Amino acid sequence: MYLRHLQVTDFRSWEHVDLPLEPGPTVLVGPNGRGKTNLLEAVGYVATLSSHRVATDAPLIRQGCERALVRLAVVNEGRELTVELEIAPGRANRARVNRGAVGRPRDVLGILRTVLFAPEDLALVRGDPGERRRFLDDLLVQRAPRYAGVRSDYEKVLRQRNALLKTAGKRRGDDPYAASTLEVWDNHLATSGAQLLAARLNLVADLGPHTSAAYAGVAPDSRPATIGYRSSLGAALPEGYGVPGGERAEPEKLAEILLDALGESRAAELERGVSLVGPHRDELELTLGETPAKGYASHGESWSFALALRLGSYELLRAESGGEPVLLLDDVFAELDRRRRARLAEVAASAEQVLVTAAVDEDVPAELEGVRFAVTHGEVRRA
Amino acid sequence: MYEGVVQDLIDELGRLPGIGPKSAQRIAFHLLATDPADIARLQEILGKVREGVRFCDICGNVSEEERCRICRDARRDPALICVVEEPKDVLAVERTREFRGRYHVLGGALDPLSGVGPDQLRIKELLARIGGEEVSEVIIATDPNTEGEATATYLVRMLRDFPGLTVTRLASGLPMGGDLEFADELTLGRALSGRRAL
Ligand SMILES: Nc1ncnc2c1ncn2[C@@H]1O[C@H](COP(=O)(O)OP(=O)(O)OP(=O)(O)O)[C@@H](O)[C@H]1O
Ligand SMILES: [Mg+2]
Ligand SMILES: [Zn+2]
Repeated sequence: MYLRHLQVTDFRSWEHVDLPLEPGPTVLVGPNGRGKTNLLEAVGYVATLSSHRVATDAPLIRQGCERALVRLAVVNEGRELTVELEIAPGRANRARVNRGAVGRPRDVLGILRTVLFAPEDLALVRGDPGERRRFLDDLLVQRAPRYAGVRSDYEKVLRQRNALLKTAGKRRGDDPYAASTLEVWDNHLATSGAQLLAARLNLVADLGPHTSAAYAGVAPDSRPATIGYRSSLGAALPEGYGVPGGERAEPEKLAEILLDALGESRAAELERGVSLVGPHRDELELTLGETPAKGYASHGESWSFALALRLGSYELLRAESGGEPVLLLDDVFAELDRRRRARLAEVAASAEQVLVTAAVDEDVPAELEGVRFAVTHGEVRRA
Repeated sequence: MYEGVVQDLIDELGRLPGIGPKSAQRIAFHLLATDPADIARLQEILGKVREGVRFCDICGNVSEEERCRICRDARRDPALICVVEEPKDVLAVERTREFRGRYHVLGGALDPLSGVGPDQLRIKELLARIGGEEVSEVIIATDPNTEGEATATYLVRMLRDFPGLTVTRLASGLPMGGDLEFADELTLGRALSGRRAL
């Protein structure tokens, strides 16, 4: 798929931008702070309904304005759809597809698929486990939009169950009502948790080979990179789940295992007032050779690993149905040596569409020929 | 901040559901400019609501008498009870004209975050009703969201020990994460007729 048109109003630093686009590489060049990343962020927002830089929407609205508007014309296998998103902090976003309102903003997920790599992604390797869980869940939603619902269900059930654990733990004793309601929340947590867990395990199994290959490509002299899923279920997780070529994870089976595990940790959970098993406690492990990447990898290795996770995601999505994603590369070339630049440029040049940002022309490898835009104060001009 | 009583009015209005600070301000200034007779009427109704409205002794729906219109209606099938969260859900189901039984209003859904457990809902009353009356089927029509689903699961557990009682849940097809009140009549009607046994 590719974007044929990008239009933003009052998004970040932009009052208004109207940009016709083409398949293939497009490079946005301009000095620091002129709003290049802001444009990629707007595109990524429509694909994921969240920003890769901030957790809340307020910073996305141009200072002094009430709402931001992003409109994209997306062409997927010859069919064009116009997606429009109105972002207003403090209330629900509004979405339109082909100028008709859709029920919920969530319904636009899947129309545009993107894979975005940005300097912030260093946190995938160096940050908390939560960063990596979010990476997996975001990718799940790009892979199959229905997981947006599964994920938010799980989060809601988890919050409710934790609230109950806190109050029930305080009251103690044998409160028959607390026990029977806890069982209800256990069931719901196990059911939606198992769906999320199964999807993550299968994702990791599928993503692993792509990531290792991408890492070998961008860092050919380094030790091999592998990824693995560590579940809070520990040894109770069936063997082969989450492993490339292993058994596919089944939600029904996992729901039973989760339910048992919840039963076993009941006392500890009441004691501490939080849910101790479930996908919210899991970790995506990144390994270089024999050592964990986190805490051990050098800056260059960490950076290459983060890039490999994104390129691996890109190759994975591209190999599946749903439309080849649009690749968004923010400021990546400046960090790479010549060989790695050339390697990344090769992948980028093969993409149906890639949008690249760079501060100076020299950062962009010569191999990546295509449309150039100069980004200056409040304006984007074709160079 | 406005001075004195005007700000008090804005604050009070702002506590109502669905009204943010901006709307509260707009309504307040609208009221200030309104004809005194209109204000007097609003005042009177607000007073009456507090004194005059009560809840049906049987089903918990809003009612003007001890028993609501539906519980008094002999044509409604007493063997069939539809369990909903709020009085507004009764209206939603009534609009479909698909349902000829009676209701039971829980007064909410299980919601530990807001401190709502089974004790805060009219569940004991429901169990007493089923134990005492000739009830053969209970349709659980809680909202299709996290809290509504948990409440449904809980009710199923409590009801499965009644011999001969059929317990059904509204058929799926209702948008997940939603609110029964906002489901359109056709969808809700279809969900009612296609309900599944649990
Ligand atoms: N909500 C907002 N309202 C107005 N301006 C904003 C808003 N959010 C960010 N900006 C401005 O946008 C600019 C940053 O834009 P952006 O991150 O896209 O820069 P860039 O061109 O990618 O720069 P670099 O090359 O340094 O990465 C900053 O000057 C910032 O002040
Ligand atoms: Mg930037
Ligand atoms: Zn009644």
